[in-house]
Amino acid sequence: MSLIDLTATELQSQLALGHITAVEVTGAFWAQIERLNEQVGAFLATRRDMALEAAERIDLQRAKGAAVGPLAGIPVALKDLICTQGERTTCASRMLASFVPPYDATVVERLRSADAILIGKTNLDEFAMGGSTESSALGVTRNPWDLECVPGGSSGGAAACLAARMVPLSVGTDTGGSIRQPAAFCGVTGLKPTYGRVSRYGLIAFASSLDQIGPMARSAEDVALLLEVLAGHDARDSTSAAVPVPRYTECLRQPLSGLRIGVPRAHFADGLDPEVAAAVQEGLRVYRDQGAEIREIELPHGRYGIAAYYVIAPSEASSNLARYDGVHYGYRTDEAALLAEWREESRRLMDAGDTSALQQSDNPLVRMYRRTRAEGFGPEVKRRIMLGTYALSAGYYDAYYLKAQKVRRLIRQDYDRAFEQVDLILGPVTPGPAFRAGEKASDPLSMYLVDLFTVGANLAGIPAISVPCGFTSRGLPVGLHLQAPPLEESRLLRAAYMYQQTTDWHTRKPSLA
Amino acid sequence: MKQPPEPDHLPYKIVIGLEVHVQLATRTKLFCRCNTQFGAPPNTQTCPVCIGLPGALPVMNDEAFRLSLQTALALNCQIPPSTKWDRKQYYYPDLPKGYQISQYDLPLSHDGFLEIHDSQQRFESKRVRIRRAHLEEDAGKSIHDERSGTADSRIDLNRTGTPLLEIVSEPDMSSALEARTFLDELKLVLVYQGVSDCNMQEGSLRVDANINLHIRDRETWIPTPIVEVKNMNSFRAVERALEFEADRQFDVWQETGQRLGDAPKQTRGWDDQAEVTRPQRGKEESSDYRYFPDPDLVPVNVSPQQLDQIRRQLGPIPAVLREQLQTQWGLGAYDADVLVNQGPRLVQYFTQLAEACGDAKEASNWVQQDVMRRLKEQQTEIDAFPVSAATLAELIRMKQAGQLDRSRAREVFQHMCDHLQSPQQAMTALGIQQVDTAELSALCRSLLDKNPAIVADVKAGKQQAIGSLVGQAKKQNPNVNPAQVKEICLQLIAEMS
Ligand SMILES: [Zn+2]
Repeated sequence: MSLIDLTATELQSQLALGHITAVEVTGAFWAQIERLNEQVGAFLATRRDMALEAAERIDLQRAKGAAVGPLAGIPVALKDLICTQGERTTCASRMLASFVPPYDATVVERLRSADAILIGKTNLDEFAMGGSTESSALGVTRNPWDLECVPGGSSGGAAACLAARMVPLSVGTDTGGSIRQPAAFCGVTGLKPTYGRVSRYGLIAFASSLDQIGPMARSAEDVALLLEVLAGHDARDSTSAAVPVPRYTECLRQPLSGLRIGVPRAHFADGLDPEVAAAVQEGLRVYRDQGAEIREIELPHGRYGIAAYYVIAPSEASSNLARYDGVHYGYRTDEAALLAEWREESRRLMDAGDTSALQQSDNPLVRMYRRTRAEGFGPEVKRRIMLGTYALSAGYYDAYYLKAQKVRRLIRQDYDRAFEQVDLILGPVTPGPAFRAGEKASDPLSMYLVDLFTVGANLAGIPAISVPCGFTSRGLPVGLHLQAPPLEESRLLRAAYMYQQTTDWHTRKPSLA
Repeated sequence: MKQPPEPDHLPYKIVIGLEVHVQLATRTKLFCRCNTQFGAPPNTQTCPVCIGLPGALPVMNDEAFRLSLQTALALNCQIPPSTKWDRKQYYYPDLPKGYQISQYDLPLSHDGFLEIHDSQQRFESKRVRIRRAHLEEDAGKSIHDERSGTADSRIDLNRTGTPLLEIVSEPDMSSALEARTFLDELKLVLVYQGVSDCNMQEGSLRVDANINLHIRDRETWIPTPIVEVKNMNSFRAVERALEFEADRQFDVWQETGQRLGDAPKQTRGWDDQAEVTRPQRGKEESSDYRYFPDPDLVPVNVSPQQLDQIRRQLGPIPAVLREQLQTQWGLGAYDADVLVNQGPRLVQYFTQLAEACGDAKEASNWVQQDVMRRLKEQQTEIDAFPVSAATLAELIRMKQAGQLDRSRAREVFQHMCDHLQSPQQAMTALGIQQVDTAELSALCRSLLDKNPAIVADVKAGKQQAIGSLVGQAKKQNPNVNPAQVKEICLQLIAEMS
């Protein structure tokens, strides 16, 4: 068995025993990146030399008998909207294509102090807006199970690099399903933590009240390992939860007895791909066989989730992305051309004696803003900025934003009520498996519906996990969705671990890897 | 000073509301820990948070919030149990995030008031209602010529994120003088609370005014369109701008007859040199700020305990202090006004002095006539004044004991200030000695002998004739106490008969 097939937990113990070195591990994953990244396109940037240097340092420390961090010598990929000091952080946008943050995100600090080997930055939908990674302005990512298919999104690169065995651990972000949906499409395990569980400091915001950084890996055990490093209170994030972090890796193996699993009837309704339905039902049987009690539940406002989400997320995005105006950093339009054009136009109006047109014509600053944003953002980002700007406008605010917030509260109440009766909620992650590249590109609405089952957890701020639970006849992975009450990540991880002890879907490997 | 005509005879009423932005005296900014000190080289007091770098998040400065609550309480405001932060969105180069973190529909305080009065009684005392006072972050400073199209734009983000308290009054002022008085009193409240240095030159205090007229139309009043006046760099400028604006608006009314609603709200800037207001770009008027709650910040809860604690630590309120100086120390309204308007340190000096010398009237006279004059001459503050209240009290007691008269005491006071001496030392240095009673009697006797005419006058009931004797006595010995001379002479004359 090759090193790249080992899980992070296995690598950790082999490294600790001195059977392998961090340089060997890093070298092995690097070789896989070299071999496959051109095909898969998971990474936007890699850092071989720095990764190997870090690995050498860790080997040296270990050789001296010095203490090392929990992720010592284990390569980790970062979604490219998490700030890394001195290294480009692009959000897969032309706007930030050359942006170099002067600071590390809190999770990056945590990873560094855990001695993780930061090996590269993964591709995503531009500013995490999308469900296929196709809106990336900087590269195409393919699904390692079928290169014709999308890896999902927005953490498409983060999921693809795991499936292709380019890294054992990957950090993604989830605003409406952006960790869980690509995890399902790529056959890996991904967890969206409770809102506030992981610091957002240094995460380039898409929708601040929904964004959450989370761990992705090939097993629940590895997800627990990574979450333990990422999670914790951060004074630099006002929305961070000041609650102690459990030792997820330690409680992982305790089975959940008397488990009550709720199944929302609506999640198995029309529109669900029959093969996906069958795989999820099979997953449900596994839990029943392990003694879980299955109950049908109602999440009455769930059907308004997508509508509420597509008001709230774009509203916040329209505000969060206002700062990209070409003034202080990031992309700026060609000013010389703009000024030349403006002078020409002014001259023309002046010659024509059209003073009122001259008075009304935009000044160079407004032109610079307008053109910078027109050129710097892709169509999906612009669409959402427009949606959000509209929803927050005077006269529309109450009908859209305020109403969406009310729906959001009702959805949270639905979950609170459901969790009075059950411990977990189970369902499909997505209505169907990975789709072909370009298939939904011209139909934004159908693209938005891939978030149908996942947005609820973001709106309610609860944790949720995607676990591989089978394959379609075409060999595409299917994901099982588990949701738990706030701060019950350990319950999710124990349930996922239980499942992965009796199934082997998560160990399957795409042929190209 | 232009005397305002009697309201009944005026064809219109002036309606003024003020918006005051006060920079709070915190060491660090509102949502990051950058220094707020004025005058640092451009863009040296910045960090990822205040320059709005991607991924950076705001964290509220508790001290700024506390100072805001303190100010709100001093302005008699209501403090709701919970408040929140909103984003006010607009594009400007000095606003790096594309929005300003402010407070929209749930300000930290509302419905307060400030009493204003004029010691010269040019207007009747009144209560100006405070609509709200909320906290927000300041923008940066642009040195920017938008129309020029050249590459001269410069932006300093040192000020970006500095805590600003925006205090909005109701339109309760009906003259430029009232507005000016409101600002003076507000500044006094802020200074007494120590929440701001209120330096207008450094931008710590900025004033915008809304003004319109209510034109008399038989039994009713017709409001004219509201104008916002900006760019006033001193309270004096506010007063002059509003005087100008009221006149201008009446001219416009006579010309156009435009009523409120007939024209959009206009923004005009005050030109201090030309002493006129001029229209500013109208574009911003139509802007929709798309306020919404900032999802990066959590609501702030204010507990009754927290408010009680701030109430206990509240600095003196000028209006209350004026009242106390009148009731507890027996000062007149005018004197109380003069002292309180000088600020808390001077009032403290006065109360210490009054207590130590046991005569508030006398203490008040000394502070107002001597101490304040000296401060003005030397352009210093009471903190740096060389004579402590206790030392000055010593001098006053000596005067009260008859050892010195007023003018000699003043000489001693000057000397004490100039040479940092005690009253005793100063008197010695000036050669002032106490005159022995026997010596004084002898002197008086010889004067009476030399001036039989005066003695006769006094005997005839012309008491004031004695003044000439006092003058002669002082000439012979400058240390004599005039009152004593007078007393002894009168007694000797009485004994003669
Ligand atoms: Zn700062």
